[in-house]
Amino acid sequence: MAKITLSKLRHSYYPNPKSANDYALKEIDLDWKDGGAYALLGPSGCGKSTLLNIISGLLVPSEGQILFDDQDVTHLPPDQRNIAQVFQFPVIYDTMTVYDNLAFPLRNRGVDAMRVDQRVREIAEMLEVTDLLDQRAAGLSPDNKQKISMGRGLVRDDVNVVMFDEPLTVIDPHLKWKLRSKLKELHQRVNATMIYVTHDQTEALTFADQVVVMQQGEVVQIGTPVELFDRPAHTFVGHFIGSPGMNVLPCTLDAGMAMFNGTAVELEGPVPLGASGNFEIGIRPEFVTISDSGIPAVVRKVADVGRHLVVEAMAGDHKISAVMNGTTPEKGAQVHLNFHPDQTRLYSDGWLISKAGGKS
Amino acid sequence: MKTENQKAWFFVLPVLLLVAFNALIPMMTVVNYSVQETFGNNLFFWQGLDWFEQILRSERFHAALGRQFLFTFLILIIEIPLGIIIALSMPRKGFWVPVCLVTMALPMLIPYNVVGAMWNIFALPDIGLMGYFLNHVLGINYDMTQDPVAAWVTIITMDVWHWTSLVVLLAYAGLVSIPDAYYQAAKIDGASNWSVFRFIQLPKMKNVLTIAILLRFMDSFNIYTEPFVLTGGGPGNSTTLLSIDLVKIALGQFDLGPAAAMSLIYFAITLLVSWLFYTLMTKDDLN
Repeated sequence: MAKITLSKLRHSYYPNPKSANDYALKEIDLDWKDGGAYALLGPSGCGKSTLLNIISGLLVPSEGQILFDDQDVTHLPPDQRNIAQVFQFPVIYDTMTVYDNLAFPLRNRGVDAMRVDQRVREIAEMLEVTDLLDQRAAGLSPDNKQKISMGRGLVRDDVNVVMFDEPLTVIDPHLKWKLRSKLKELHQRVNATMIYVTHDQTEALTFADQVVVMQQGEVVQIGTPVELFDRPAHTFVGHFIGSPGMNVLPCTLDAGMAMFNGTAVELEGPVPLGASGNFEIGIRPEFVTISDSGIPAVVRKVADVGRHLVVEAMAGDHKISAVMNGTTPEKGAQVHLNFHPDQTRLYSDGWLISKAGGKS
Repeated sequence: MKTENQKAWFFVLPVLLLVAFNALIPMMTVVNYSVQETFGNNLFFWQGLDWFEQILRSERFHAALGRQFLFTFLILIIEIPLGIIIALSMPRKGFWVPVCLVTMALPMLIPYNVVGAMWNIFALPDIGLMGYFLNHVLGINYDMTQDPVAAWVTIITMDVWHWTSLVVLLAYAGLVSIPDAYYQAAKIDGASNWSVFRFIQLPKMKNVLTIAILLRFMDSFNIYTEPFVLTGGGPGNSTTLLSIDLVKIALGQFDLGPAAAMSLIYFAITLLVSWLFYTLMTKDDLN
């Protein structure tokens, strides 16, 4: 178990990176507490697997350092870092029994047989695979195989960090939920630092205490699930998290008021003086309401997603989604939309600039 | 009422005819010969199972069969490990992959009789490249037309040269299909190189290796052209393998009855060993 620090980490798959675009990871500084549950969330190709491989030691970063408990491990090979990794596709040793699979990492490290037996049975108990111990691993179902590969990570008691690389990809939907809660439970029992990589927001938000959102090799925001939902630091986070994602609307700034499509929109708070760039309003669909006055729009679609209804309206060329309950206007209806002022954020070139805390 | 559509038989018919004409009917003529004696002019005399008994008791047959098993055993024990070692040391990515693959495939593209002729010339003691080198540079007395051991070394080397590539290509195909995650997991689990081979690479290659061993067994057990062109079965009878002996009996002595009986026994042995091997290798997969 260890605290993990990433310091000025950069990585490029090219030998001589020139521009910022050559970097798969652009300057990352992070501190992860011992025993925490973290998620790396981002779309495919955002660099999250690269980051994971750098932490596990399968990849040496071009620049920067990785510290485990303030000790530099940047150039240590994976087996000396005492980490465990669970891969997207379950990795099991086909010819061994489940027992031998679980014992493998311990035997490779020369742990004595008594201790191996004790640990294997402990972990098997935890994963609820005790009655499978004598079976050949090749014949297991995908979810059990994935459990075994998790078990191989957890069986060592010197593990600094357990990493999961989209571990539920090949698991049937009805088992995903079970395995996910199992993971959460395991985290509470073994108390190891865990890092979970995924592009699925539900997985990230349910598993992690803290989520790191990445986009194009950059960390966009680090925060608890609630923080990410409430105050996305970047329009990307707003859009990526939430279903439907945050409405992002281009606007101009006029004396501290945002002007969208000729209508003044009240913001959550003051905007720093001299702000410049491309301004955008960000408002979550949950905080858009229909009333008598406000931004004129035409309803284009109403979708029933079960728990609530999603109204899609067009204000000029811009689509605005609103989450509603009960009666909704019909398709084609002329409506006026209102934004909750304390949930209306202002972004400049994608980054949040409005300050919370009422009017100045 | 359940209707049965008999039309399907028409779709099977072409295959049935093809198999009948290229396998079943020729084989039945062999069976026909194996139980009769003939002196030409289409005159046949019933012999029962005499020929089979004669072949099975014949010391000449035992010797040829022994040589055949020795040959097949030797080439398998060399080609399979060697093929695996070469496949393991081949690059998995980059410029050298096609270069290696094409180089590997080359020997297999050469016709069998040409391989035999090539090695024959190659091994000639006074003018062949290898023969000259061994005799006049290294000073080893090497003459495969005189010395049975030299003849054996040459046919084994030739077969290894000709067919190890097949094992390499099959093993390589098995190796490249292993996802990177397996190697990464093994690294994290602290596995040694031997463990990686034993628990990841070998199991993943098992299916292709089964095919490789089966193909090499059948091919080497039936081998004819290359040793025939290279040594003609000599010196003496020292490299007279089963197929060479069979041709001698059938076309040299025109003993069609014993030759037919021998080829049926030969066929039965090949089939039996292949079946046994395949059943043993795939037994685990069924449970």
